[in-house]
Amino acid sequence: MDLTYTPEQNAFRAEARSWLEASVPKEPLASFDTLEGFEAHREWEKKLHAGGFAMVPWPTEYGGRGADLLEWLIFEEEYYRAGAPGRVNQNGIFLLGPTIMEYGTPEQKARFLPKMASSEEVWAQGWSEPNAGSDMAAIQTTAIRDGDDYVINGQKTWASRGAYAHWLFGLFRTDPESSRHKGLTFVLVPMDTPGITVRPIEKINGKKAFAEVFFDDARVPVANRLGEEGAGWGVAMATAGFERGLMLRSPARFQSTAHRLVKLYRETVAAGGFVDSALRNRVTQCWIRAEAYALNTYQTVSRLLAGGKIGAEASLNKIFWSELDIEIHTVALALLESHGELLPSAPAAGNVGDWLEGYIFALAGPIYAGTNEIQRNIIAERILGLPRK
Amino acid sequence: MDFGFSEDQTLLQQTVRDFLEKECTPDAIRALWDRETGRSSELWAQLSAIGLPALLVPETYGGLGLDERDAVLALEETGRFALAEPIVTTAIVAAPLLCHLADTEHAAFAASWLERIAAGDARVAVASANQPLVSDAHVANLLLLSKGDRLYAANPDQVQLTPQPANDQSQRLFSVDWDAEKTLCLASGEDGLSLQAEMLDRGAFGCAAQLLGVADRLIEMGALYASQRKQFGVPVGSFQAVKHRLANAKVDLEYGRSIVHRSAHSVFTNSPSRSVDVSSAKGFIGEAARFAAGESLQVHGAIGYTYEQDLHIWMKRAWSLDLAFGSGAWHRARVGDALMDGGLSAPHFGYEPRDL
Repeated sequence: MDLTYTPEQNAFRAEARSWLEASVPKEPLASFDTLEGFEAHREWEKKLHAGGFAMVPWPTEYGGRGADLLEWLIFEEEYYRAGAPGRVNQNGIFLLGPTIMEYGTPEQKARFLPKMASSEEVWAQGWSEPNAGSDMAAIQTTAIRDGDDYVINGQKTWASRGAYAHWLFGLFRTDPESSRHKGLTFVLVPMDTPGITVRPIEKINGKKAFAEVFFDDARVPVANRLGEEGAGWGVAMATAGFERGLMLRSPARFQSTAHRLVKLYRETVAAGGFVDSALRNRVTQCWIRAEAYALNTYQTVSRLLAGGKIGAEASLNKIFWSELDIEIHTVALALLESHGELLPSAPAAGNVGDWLEGYIFALAGPIYAGTNEIQRNIIAERILGLPRK
Repeated sequence: MDFGFSEDQTLLQQTVRDFLEKECTPDAIRALWDRETGRSSELWAQLSAIGLPALLVPETYGGLGLDERDAVLALEETGRFALAEPIVTTAIVAAPLLCHLADTEHAAFAASWLERIAAGDARVAVASANQPLVSDAHVANLLLLSKGDRLYAANPDQVQLTPQPANDQSQRLFSVDWDAEKTLCLASGEDGLSLQAEMLDRGAFGCAAQLLGVADRLIEMGALYASQRKQFGVPVGSFQAVKHRLANAKVDLEYGRSIVHRSAHSVFTNSPSRSVDVSSAKGFIGEAARFAAGESLQVHGAIGYTYEQDLHIWMKRAWSLDLAFGSGAWHRARVGDALMDGGLSAPHFGYEPRDL
């Protein structure tokens, strides 16, 4: 155990810091859940890519810079320090990308990864269906082999970024006679395929964060299959592992939010606002928990660099960060008192409207990427060894 | 940057685990409750044979010359098996403090005690500034006592002990009175306060490391019982309401583990953030262990509430360690003071905010 950075790691941090300071847009971009904001975020991704910072841990041939996961953490710390925009292609770069790296053919890697790194192609997720939410193995949408194509019929829902994305990845039932985890195949689907209809869904603040996607004899080449036919569940679990376990929510995201919370507390005290020891204790707990998440992630990365894998403990992560995110924002809104109700557009809001936006976003955390109840089942059964039945 | 443990470190952990699994069984623990001292010199000799008190004693004094990064995993095992001997105060608190005296007028005094600790010939009890009740004062060959800005070293015949029976049957607490005029003063002023602060941080770190093992054991006992006990024709552990209690306890334990491991590194390097890191660890894991105790008790149901069942050994240890060397509330408040009022150093790990 040595918790100091090497000179190379410090140099990388300095390089990332100076590039980000010079490059991050001075004004916040519009939400990527609007068409205007979506395109503005793609422009930013293009700039990141040109600077060589779009996907630091990827090999250079795919548009990365061949850094290791520790440098990725350092980059993320600098990214949040700089207050840089959210990653519009996070489904692609953080989740599908690593999965293609593991399961893709050389052709698929060459075809998909560079355009993913540059966000020329933005990805949506296609897991859930109207009757397959927490119970993902209940997927009914079929992809039936016909020559060199799969013909897809059915419906996906809650597809994050689905309103504007160019591609969708997901699980489809290639064997209509199969049930549960068998007979599922992981397929990459262009959203402009004839037979696909997208109906955006507005989330509780009215923004089009996700979509329903309808498939009506949509033909997709067999070459777009990731992994073997019928082996999709295993491929999807690898993606879920990245999602819950490491890349989707890097620790600096919560450290920077906890830092803002401490500042908000101090400002509230300085302005003579209401605080009590209970609020002070909650602020402290949030800060400690954000640090715990960072430390735990560094431990995970150390384990991965030593040849380990992400397993069921990814479920611990997902519960921890999603509930921490809600608590940080809940405490912030309590400190803001009546201003906590103001939308960013309210004249009196100043920058406090971010906390409300963040709160609304955080509320989805325990639901997406597998509900926290499912994660708790996984922990109990696969880590603690409790009986399924 | 490497936040993992070496093969040697996990091997040491395994050695301690294998030993305690054999020698520190629940039956052996209960047998010691009936002894007046509650302690066993045979057990201390065996612990010394595997090097536990000598962990942080430099090799020049006959010790193992290891550091807190090695000790943290071994300490976890002493919690897992509810070992009651004064390992934390002797090995983690006293030995390094005595090392600090090596270039003072008390060098010879320190050297002789370091050699005795390494040889398994001395237990040490300590009274930190926030810990008026002294654990294991009755078996200690040496007592390190705080008063004002001074740190004293007392022999057993220089102190008057008043036993203060405690809820944890393995715990032996005492009020200690001593005549400061007639007792050796090791340090005073800035030096004394600095040693007192280190005493507190080291004690809290040691207890935090033990709490990892305590919480893990509590969750494991709950999971084992819930897998065996049947109601409605199925194991009670198949019900989600039961599963989720233990899963929640496991989440807190694992994040507590990361903070405790980090605090081992901060104590080892005497980092500027040492106090905040230790307090983050102690405050978090104390609460996590208490939570694990409550959830495990509920999962056990009435049987877990009996004296006969062993669960209360670990429940009570969770409670007693949570209160030792500063309660969880005290430690969280110390972190809060550092964050909200400045003073102590409280940097983030890795992330450096642009505006402080």
